[in-house]
Amino acid sequence: MKLNGAQILVNCLQNEGVEHIFGYPGGAVLHIYDALDACDNIAHILVRHEQGAVHGADGYARVSGKCGVALVTSGPGLTNAVTGIATAHMDSIPMVVISGQVSSAVIGNDAFQEVDAVGITRSCVKHNFLVKDTNDLANIVKKAFHIATTGRPGPVLIDITKDTTITEIEFDGYPKSINMRSYQPETKVDAGQIDKAVALITQAKKPIIYSGGGSVIGNASEMLRSFTRHTNFPITQTLMGLGAYPATDSQSLGMLGMHGTYEANMAMHDSDCIIAVGARFDDRITGNLDKFCPYAKIIHIDIDPSSVGKTVGVDVAIIGQVNDALNALIQALKDKKLVNIDAWWKQIEQWRGVDSMAYQTKSGVIKPQSVIEALYEVTQGEAIVTSDVGQHQMWAAQYYPFDKPRRWINSGGLGTMGFGLPAAMGAKLADPKADVACVTGEGSIQMMLQELSTMLQYDTPVKIINLNNGYLGMVRQWQEFFYEKRYAMSYMDALPDFVKLAESYGHIGIKVEKEQDLKPALIEAFKQKDRTVFVDILTDPSENVFPMIPSGAGHHEMLLAGRDEMASVNDEGLHLV
Amino acid sequence: MRHIISLQLENESGALSRVAGLFSARGFNIESLTVAPTNDETLSRMTIVSIGDDGIIEQIVKQLDKLIDVVTVTNLTATEHIERELALVKIDVNPNFRAEIDKHIDEHGGKIVDASEDTYTVEVVGKSQRVSDFLEAIDALKILEVSRTGVTGVCQKREY
Ligand SMILES: Cc1ncc(C[n+]2csc(CCOP(=O)(O)OP(=O)(O)O)c2C)c(N)n1
Ligand SMILES: [Mg+2]
Repeated sequence: MKLNGAQILVNCLQNEGVEHIFGYPGGAVLHIYDALDACDNIAHILVRHEQGAVHGADGYARVSGKCGVALVTSGPGLTNAVTGIATAHMDSIPMVVISGQVSSAVIGNDAFQEVDAVGITRSCVKHNFLVKDTNDLANIVKKAFHIATTGRPGPVLIDITKDTTITEIEFDGYPKSINMRSYQPETKVDAGQIDKAVALITQAKKPIIYSGGGSVIGNASEMLRSFTRHTNFPITQTLMGLGAYPATDSQSLGMLGMHGTYEANMAMHDSDCIIAVGARFDDRITGNLDKFCPYAKIIHIDIDPSSVGKTVGVDVAIIGQVNDALNALIQALKDKKLVNIDAWWKQIEQWRGVDSMAYQTKSGVIKPQSVIEALYEVTQGEAIVTSDVGQHQMWAAQYYPFDKPRRWINSGGLGTMGFGLPAAMGAKLADPKADVACVTGEGSIQMMLQELSTMLQYDTPVKIINLNNGYLGMVRQWQEFFYEKRYAMSYMDALPDFVKLAESYGHIGIKVEKEQDLKPALIEAFKQKDRTVFVDILTDPSENVFPMIPSGAGHHEMLLAGRDEMASVNDEGLHLV
Repeated sequence: MRHIISLQLENESGALSRVAGLFSARGFNIESLTVAPTNDETLSRMTIVSIGDDGIIEQIVKQLDKLIDVVTVTNLTATEHIERELALVKIDVNPNFRAEIDKHIDEHGGKIVDASEDTYTVEVVGKSQRVSDFLEAIDALKILEVSRTGVTGVCQKREY
């Protein structure tokens, strides 16, 4: 069959089972668009900004577990996509991004809309390819999907020169399999390491399971539940891991880290045996490394060997899929006796008693925490919640207990403001029956507002829950704590009228100023099944996110609301982000 | 500590910049880096000398291994190995010092590969240390130009 490169590409995508592509056209990809137009089993979502395309594909991938696909043109199309690619990379999201490139004959000439896409994205992709020969295209697409979706997933960029898409060749079908000698990501769990882990687990008096995004990405919820039940160990989850283990279960201590619960962080600090499951000990989790878990032996399960020992030394490393590793541990523990940990649970109950998530209500102002609690009630805990970045993100994570994986969608690694709205659109496309809420702030939402237009065109009704505190709240909080209340550039004057704005995009806008209007407004919003509703909620501008481990401090040095109204930070902490 | 890390890379355009980019992005140190084709035309051999404590070297090896274009990574320093470096050194040869210079060349196994009325171009081959020793021995003022290849090496075992 004689096909041009663009037709071959579309054929490859069909063979990969791609159903949705998020993209934006331009000169370098016109042949691809022409071929896509002739294909009726791939839906193309025309976004309004390439960053929105990549976040859309990202949200789609996080909810569906499938590989997200985005398509952008050369030059500015690609550079606009970079923030989205880096976001997906930091959170290990399977994604293939296709970018157009100028024709191979003019590469290097500073041609119109030429950028070195492979060079620019090199450090924020799992891998990238430049295709200059149509004969290589199908194989590279096969490799790209293989790399993006196996091992520790991540975004892969395929940069395709325009002549590659135009040239016709004899096409003999999409490759069935691919063999890459330099990429063998799946490792069998090592039995010796399992034995070593079992030895530690069976001696543990103060054990804790610390589970991260790998448990979600690795679809390991069931196994994680079995393991946790089997051992009766307490479990804490990272911002990226929320939902893999049910938050409302009694063994769950909630989230750990900078804004985690008192019980989770204290249990980590005092633990003698930590079982890290698909988590990478990043700085938001560990706080000051010198003070991190001083008494614990650490068992680390991860698919990526380079995650092990990167920031924290471990005692036992189990490299492999979370499911395989946990399964091996469960089997190995079957006929073993564990130490009685009643005393440990008693201690944990005492920490729980501190009730670190309690917050002060004030009459006349809407507390942001109460908005999330109301959202939980109205959606009965069943919504997919995407979020932007800031205080609202932390409150969403803290006050919406997720009982299932792939329901909490946020940019944890890169912390990208603007992620929430396009991700919600992608989430809705991945799971059209689900209620999708985008928890955002008046700062973040303005970074990707234009996608409201896309959402009307493609009929992806979501509920935008704008915690409007009038401030870049997370910045304001740090300035209050660490910069003697000098609020440099954290207040935004001249906010738009979000209700009118939503209406001008063809959606519904609701403004909530009084506490008593909150719940009725949310109920009304979710009643509108097939409409996007922008709920603009004026929340307490002075509220801070608690509890908090200030930069440079240890887990046992947490600040609690009510007890520690003001945080201080040491010199070392000031250097940290 | 100084480590010699040997890689086999897919002979693809961009493979070198992936490795070099990894070192700068992660703040790893590179003392020297050499790369050239091998007998297998689909592979290149790269040898990197880096300095770091065991934890850093372990991370470097793991991060290199993670690069898709990297086929094998070996920390040569952790095994029996042969290391070589070559330097070409152009020297100002003042007749008054000629005897002394000849002595240093001799002591370090150097070879004069080119000579003019007042210059020598000397080739020195050996462990990096030998090259460094030679450069130190020749008074810095007499050195006109130095070009070192960087270290290359192989593991002594038949297979690794
Ligand atoms: C693209 C981007 N720029 C800057 C930041 C730094 N930043 C983190 S949180 C934040 C404030 C967010 O404000 P808003 O969306 O109103 O949320 P709030 O904290 O008030 O809930 C800023 C500026 C970021 N995370 N992302
Ligand atoms: Mg705000």
